[in-house]
Amino acid sequence: MIEISSNIENIVYLFSASLFIIGLKRLASPNTARNGNRLASLGMLIAIVLTILKYTDNNIEWIIIGIFIGGLLGIVLSKYVQMTAIPQLVAIFNGFGGGASALVAIYEILYPRETITSIFVLGAIAFSTALGSMTLTGSSIAFGKLQGIVPTRPILFPLRNYLNFLLLILIVFFVIVMTIPNFSSLNILYILIVLSLLAGILIVIPIGGADMPVIIALLNSYSGIAGAGAGFVLNNPVLIISGSLVGASGLILTRIMTKAMNRSLANVIFGGLGSEDGSKQTTTNENKLVKSLNTEDAAMILMYAESVIFVPGYGLAVAQAQHQINELANILKNKGADIKYAIHPVAGRMPGHMNVLLAEANIPYDELKDLDEINSEFDSTDVAVVVGANDVTNPSARTDPNSPIYGMPILNVDKAKSVIVLKRSMASGFAGIENELFFLDKTSILFGDAKDSIEGITREIKNLDNI
Amino acid sequence: MDLLSLIIIFALALFIGYEVITKVPSTLHTPLMSGSNAISGIVIVGAIIIASNADGILAIILSVVAIVLATINVIGGFMVTDRMLAMFKKRRNKD
Repeated sequence: MIEISSNIENIVYLFSASLFIIGLKRLASPNTARNGNRLASLGMLIAIVLTILKYTDNNIEWIIIGIFIGGLLGIVLSKYVQMTAIPQLVAIFNGFGGGASALVAIYEILYPRETITSIFVLGAIAFSTALGSMTLTGSSIAFGKLQGIVPTRPILFPLRNYLNFLLLILIVFFVIVMTIPNFSSLNILYILIVLSLLAGILIVIPIGGADMPVIIALLNSYSGIAGAGAGFVLNNPVLIISGSLVGASGLILTRIMTKAMNRSLANVIFGGLGSEDGSKQTTTNENKLVKSLNTEDAAMILMYAESVIFVPGYGLAVAQAQHQINELANILKNKGADIKYAIHPVAGRMPGHMNVLLAEANIPYDELKDLDEINSEFDSTDVAVVVGANDVTNPSARTDPNSPIYGMPILNVDKAKSVIVLKRSMASGFAGIENELFFLDKTSILFGDAKDSIEGITREIKNLDNI
Repeated sequence: MDLLSLIIIFALALFIGYEVITKVPSTLHTPLMSGSNAISGIVIVGAIIIASNADGILAIILSVVAIVLATINVIGGFMVTDRMLAMFKKRRNKD
């Protein structure tokens, strides 16, 4: 423990917080992003060192043990995680952050340094406890679903919306009770913790795999807000600044995701899409014909294309075909074709996930285009190749007011001069609706595993070149 | 700090957060989430402060668990973000 005045302490914390903000600002471009992340981690190191120097007198050995164990786990998890599993990693990290904030708040009630009389501090403690606990269990369930431990389909229990609503009301009630000075007992704290842990589980468990991007973004925001709450409890500005930065970030991403799905947050949480309302919409497509083609035909079409847009969906990642797509794209590029990738916001399992998966396969980031950038370009594109994407290419979102996905922003793949769809079978997407794109005259379908199909096309092009 | 200053800091930080985050391109949304997640691990500061005062076995367990969770968040979050950002490369051959 070193004597550090609270002015110096707060100035150093402000410096750390500034590094966080500059770090986030540098994420505005892939060129500066890595440097930004390092600046932010430097800010973190400074804050941690200052805190240990100023506050730690007793228990330094316990603090070092805690940092050592956590650090080791963090290194192992981050080093060995596969890029397809990033969403569950971020989910569980969110949960840990929420859990840590809740523990800090709970500790302040169990072992107060002086009797807490401020209504505001009591409220912050109750709020952080509730939100942190919900984030912990909610994130664990999200992790389980993404990892395949918990079934990914929506698990719907009777009266779930009423029950969840009741739980939330009770949580708000007990948070308010806890703010009454000298009234609150530890039993109320325990009830609040149990209710919040339960609410996290029950709210996330009915949500289907396709809606996970929204939930992860939302939990990200919660973990930040719970941290800011802990900052109010401890009277610590750096916690408040960082927590609110993360809270804002999570909320913005949540909004981007719900907009991309054309749904409200309430609809994601209480709707349970892909189960009840989805299945009713399913119609048979027996009387409609699709055109199928083989790898040689596809190779011929692509060889003579001047511009090609690849439209990757999660099916691409499942088939692990990112590297094969890059190889095919490089061959086409050498033939002079212009290659781009059209990436829908919900193409992966979390915001921006598909971009990471493609970057991992050495696909340059300046070829990855988002919805707004690419949609005007389909008209002038020779071939659009859809790999493992479905609902996000369905033109009925634009044209058919009766479609359940009507109004959802889609990639205008149907406007390309010709379309090749790589598909396993004619099964519908998550929304359980058929895709008109597949039945258009200009569309041909190449059935089979995405990886095998792309490898096949690449082989055929090489063969044709050798003739 | 008094309560009012803290609330002012909170409000201003939300605005800064909004301005900065909306400039992040969708390509980098996953690193943004994992990186901001690491930043929310700043609660480790709180965990260290409570651990420094902890007296008794339960108090120590509570605070050390908080430190472990927050450290996983910080170290794991920054490292996995760095790993992802290292993969983002511009196209090499000019056209």
